[in-house]
Amino acid sequence: MSDTTPLHFDVPEPSARPGDVPDFSFFDVPPAGAVRRPELNVDPTEIRDLAYSLIRVLDDEGRAVGPWAPEVDPDALRRGLRAMMKTRAYDDRMQRAQRQGKTSFYMRCTGEEAIAVGLALELGPGDMFFPTYRQQGWLVARDWPLVDMMCQLFSNEKDRLHGRQMPVMYSARDAGFFTISGNLGTQFIQAVGWAMASAIMGDTRIASGVVGEGTTAEADFHYALTFAATYRAPVILNVVNNQWAISSFQGIAGGDAATFASRAVGHGIPALRVDGNDYLAVLAASRWARDRARGNGGPTLIEWVTYRAAAHSSSDDPSKYRPLDEWKAWPLGDPIQRLVAHLIGSGGWSDDQQAQLQGDVDEEVRAAAKEAESYGTLLDGRVASSTSIFDDVFAEMPPHLRRQREQLESGD
Amino acid sequence: MPPMPMNVALRSAMDVMLERNDAVVVFGEDVGYFGGVFRCTEGLQAKYGRHRVFDTPIAEGGIVGAAVGMGAYGLRPIAEIQFGDYVYPGLDQLISEAARLRYRSSAEFTAPITVRMPVGGGIHGGQTHSQSPESLFTHVCGLKTVMPSNPYDAKGLLIAAIEDDDPVIFLEPKRLYNGPFDGHHERPVVPWSAHSLGEVPDDYYHVPLGQAVVRRPGEDVTVLAYGTMVHVAEAAAAETGIDAEIIDLRTLLPLDADAIEESVRKTGRCVIVHEATRTSGFGAELSATVQERCFYHLEAPIERVTGWDTPYPHAQEWDYFPGPARVGAALKRVMTT
Ligand SMILES: Cc1ncc(C[n+]2csc(CCOP(=O)(O)OP(=O)(O)O)c2C)c(N)n1
Repeated sequence: MSDTTPLHFDVPEPSARPGDVPDFSFFDVPPAGAVRRPELNVDPTEIRDLAYSLIRVLDDEGRAVGPWAPEVDPDALRRGLRAMMKTRAYDDRMQRAQRQGKTSFYMRCTGEEAIAVGLALELGPGDMFFPTYRQQGWLVARDWPLVDMMCQLFSNEKDRLHGRQMPVMYSARDAGFFTISGNLGTQFIQAVGWAMASAIMGDTRIASGVVGEGTTAEADFHYALTFAATYRAPVILNVVNNQWAISSFQGIAGGDAATFASRAVGHGIPALRVDGNDYLAVLAASRWARDRARGNGGPTLIEWVTYRAAAHSSSDDPSKYRPLDEWKAWPLGDPIQRLVAHLIGSGGWSDDQQAQLQGDVDEEVRAAAKEAESYGTLLDGRVASSTSIFDDVFAEMPPHLRRQREQLESGD
Repeated sequence: MPPMPMNVALRSAMDVMLERNDAVVVFGEDVGYFGGVFRCTEGLQAKYGRHRVFDTPIAEGGIVGAAVGMGAYGLRPIAEIQFGDYVYPGLDQLISEAARLRYRSSAEFTAPITVRMPVGGGIHGGQTHSQSPESLFTHVCGLKTVMPSNPYDAKGLLIAAIEDDDPVIFLEPKRLYNGPFDGHHERPVVPWSAHSLGEVPDDYYHVPLGQAVVRRPGEDVTVLAYGTMVHVAEAAAAETGIDAEIIDLRTLLPLDADAIEESVRKTGRCVIVHEATRTSGFGAELSATVQERCFYHLEAPIERVTGWDTPYPHAQEWDYFPGPARVGAALKRVMTT
């Protein structure tokens, strides 16, 4: 190659845009059960290949196969199913509430429910989860009151966050759920810091942080990996690769060049790349990383491969940048349907029970919405009090804020 | 001249400059194929190609840092930060690098970059889609800071910013993209097509940086404002009947202190309005400037009307936003002292 060859500038493009036939031929789906399950104390250098494979448990017939198939009793699976279905019903209802003006903003996690639900049920009560705005499944799985979640969205007087925080940015310390920041990535390194603190104190608790694949571009992601590796922090570093940031596909975060799981390899952190729509694989991988962290084995990075089936948020229109029916072509399917197929196939569940459960969760969400709406919504204007604006800026309100609050109250 | 909403006027500025100058490139999160979350770059990638208008990874430090490198090479990068609230990871690149490349290399290297970002509240965006960070930038030596209040200025100022040889922070009040919002959130949105400054020439022109403009001439009190607050001040003047002279600063740095001085010497009173929080806000700088230049002409203490010193709340947005009632009350106070 001569030095007179003009250079050219590459910008990756997704495989399909609006009007195109969805095309996931670039995405390699190995059969379920094909990936080995290493010992918990494995040296990360021996499992680098796991960063480029895909751990899957449920096969096309819904059977749990291979070394990662977790030991789990049917009741626990049904609990997971219920949480996923409730999350989806909640999302649908709250999306409608947004359209009706009861809240200003909403974000669904449709198609990704297995990840937050699985993590919530595998981590312990003292552990701390540093979620993104798409991890509401954790709160649902932990049975945090739906009414409280809704009151946060409606910004009413019962909102535990006093109407000050944007909808969906919950905070639920009692559920091991850290206050969500709207600024992407900031909490990934905080999860590591929390885990370091637990180790400094000789505690037994671990942390778990989440970013979307788009957010792996932020510096905070790289801080997190470096700190976690340096101090062997007891933390699970989750990357939810749902293929799309807002309008930009995973290739704009560098995903065409290498998997997101492989970001861990250069840090000497074990990496698992997992079918995030396979609830059993989610349980198995979460357990592995949890037990490794608790056993002083340090951090694990997990790339959860999934697909964002809904719009990015209630402000977004995905038909502008991707084929409308792309989700239908997604090779990893729907986590709820896959778990149902598994449960029915293994004899622990029936169509009737499934229909009954659907009715139950719909009713539960409906009743919660009715109650939450009775406390006020953005639509009827019964929202949290204006003077609470000045609370919680500091532990004690300084004089200048007291003056400003008086000014607001006096109307000039 | 066709009427244009402000986001379209900004797009027109980038379109004109992409056409005129091969060194102009436009990039940021979701700006390429999609055309930006506020549609400011819609259609530009289709027209100029992916090598000139493109999506970036979600990394504001990366976006600004790459812009600095491109600018040093000789390009004229226009970087979009999706919301002003997300510029903070880019601050090191702005403060330590873009702002000082010229100084530390004695002009061997420069950063002729434009960093655009939507600012201000009014869309129920809560603390992460509402902030007005202008005073962080005006405090940095080596950055210019601009905030337009209407489509005509937005286009002309953006072209001037792109042509400027120094880094320019270009702050776009998001509540003004679609119309001249005056703080009356309970009323229907007035479109820019109903406003004279919504008339925007299709082709090249510029509005010079560093020049304020009198938006409403008046005799009784000078109001210093920029961005959305220009319209709020106009509403307050109309509603109180006070003959305010409203100055739209347009560029905060370099500041048109002469225009300020001329007006305050005439009126003898001054109210400063901004949406950003009060303490160490740009109003403090303005107040000091007026005091230094006009002390013996002042007949009343200078007033500041600003956002409260708290994060921007979600549900209580309109209790936070310094609307026409609060500005009007300040106007009355300075008139009765
Ligand atoms: C620092 C910062 N930059 C930009 C944004 C705007 N923004 C909000 S969500 C989003 C896309 C995030 O994509 P990804 O990390 O893949 O997560 P996903 O939404 O797909 O779950 C962007 C750009 C933000 N919130 N914070």
